[in-house]
Amino acid sequence: MAEHKYLMFLGCAIPYRVSAYEISARKVLEKLGVELVEMPEFNCCGLPLDPVSHDMMLILAARNLALAEQKGLNIITLCPGCAGTLKKVNKMLKEDKALCEKINCHLKEAGLEFKGTVDAKHLMQVLLEDVGLERIKGSVVKPLKMLKVAEHNGCHILRPKEFIGFDDPEDPKTLKTMIEATGATCLDYMDETECCGAPSVGVSDKVALQLARDKLNHIKVVDAEAMITICPFCHIMYDTNELRIEKMFNEGYGIPILHYPQLLGLAMGMNPKDLAFDELRVNASKILNKVCESEK
Amino acid sequence: MTDTVEKSIKASEMEPSFKYEISKMHGGEKLMRCFQCGTCTSDCPVARFSDTYRPRQIIRMAQLGLKNRVLDSDTLWLCAACFTCTDRCPQDVEVASVIRVLRNLAVEQGHFPQVFKDQATCILESGYAYKIPELRLKKREGLGLPPLPKGNPESVCKTLRGVGFLKHIEKKGE
Repeated sequence: MAEHKYLMFLGCAIPYRVSAYEISARKVLEKLGVELVEMPEFNCCGLPLDPVSHDMMLILAARNLALAEQKGLNIITLCPGCAGTLKKVNKMLKEDKALCEKINCHLKEAGLEFKGTVDAKHLMQVLLEDVGLERIKGSVVKPLKMLKVAEHNGCHILRPKEFIGFDDPEDPKTLKTMIEATGATCLDYMDETECCGAPSVGVSDKVALQLARDKLNHIKVVDAEAMITICPFCHIMYDTNELRIEKMFNEGYGIPILHYPQLLGLAMGMNPKDLAFDELRVNASKILNKVCESEK
Repeated sequence: MTDTVEKSIKASEMEPSFKYEISKMHGGEKLMRCFQCGTCTSDCPVARFSDTYRPRQIIRMAQLGLKNRVLDSDTLWLCAACFTCTDRCPQDVEVASVIRVLRNLAVEQGHFPQVFKDQATCILESGYAYKIPELRLKKREGLGLPPLPKGNPESVCKTLRGVGFLKHIEKKGE
């Protein structure tokens, strides 16, 4: 029997275009004793619409929490945006009775009620707090000592601290520690905690791509062989746009962007194909060859 | 786009009650604490690459009551909601939330980028913020993934009844 059981909240971006993250995360979590139950009838977490309607965000998030409460299970998300929103709204509604009543009036229309009885956690928080570092280290059969990578946390796993609170936004440690658990070296670089720019896509692509380029430049300087992300939007921003950025600004990177569970899966001895490496836009064969060669 | 930077300020433009309107809204409560230190702008990743987006300036315009100027401005929509300003503000203003409040107010006047209309429409129709192609859904099986849970747009729409923003969304077939 699995030791930890969660409702899987996929959000929208992952089923829309980031399947490698989902595939690798499911594989890794299974091996680490985390059971995932699919979450029926969930909806967008609400975050994308906060800029236009705070109320709509609150209702959408609360509807998801109310659905999870009916199942009696805590939520796990792979997207920091979803995790952050569900955490934030959970806290707000628990602490503000009047707001809770207002939102519950909306939920009642669909026969739902927010009670505040479940938690929402991001994958990294589950790995850190439930699975634990020792278990993760113990699952590594093929230490990736030959790899030097750069981490990219993304914003919503860190900020605002008031609502997320499990890592230090100014000096985050979780992802770094988890990367080092695979045996790979996690390099320090300039502006590590900076935004990828994804939320500005559609409003100003120019600003968004310049932000992404800035980050790629910083990790190129330290000779990182890959960037490790834990957010579908950050991943899209770098993996999908890397070629575009290279052309636009006349740069050359060739840096593959991996989802953290892909890196962990490799260290657990899983096959790159099973971890959906072929779904990545930026070819990762260079680092995969390096991992294979070291076995010989 | 309204030029928010160089136009001189006329007293007649200022609506002194605007700051109270913002302060009453969720996230806007601490607007008046801002003493213009500029931490938000100097730490803002977007400001680094934009010639017009300056969170400190937006906050000041809100304090001064330059309502139309700030709400009509396209610049307002450049914030990437990274929350660096919120976390680092020495006065605890929750800058990103004040900007969100301003955006919500701009929406009431009908100003907002198209992308939000598209996402809201998708949510009302499927529960998801994007239209996930049929091919993607079929591909999941081949990739060894469980079927994507079906949304319940009917239930979602019921809970959203009465939300002001939805008046900007055209119903299907209209």
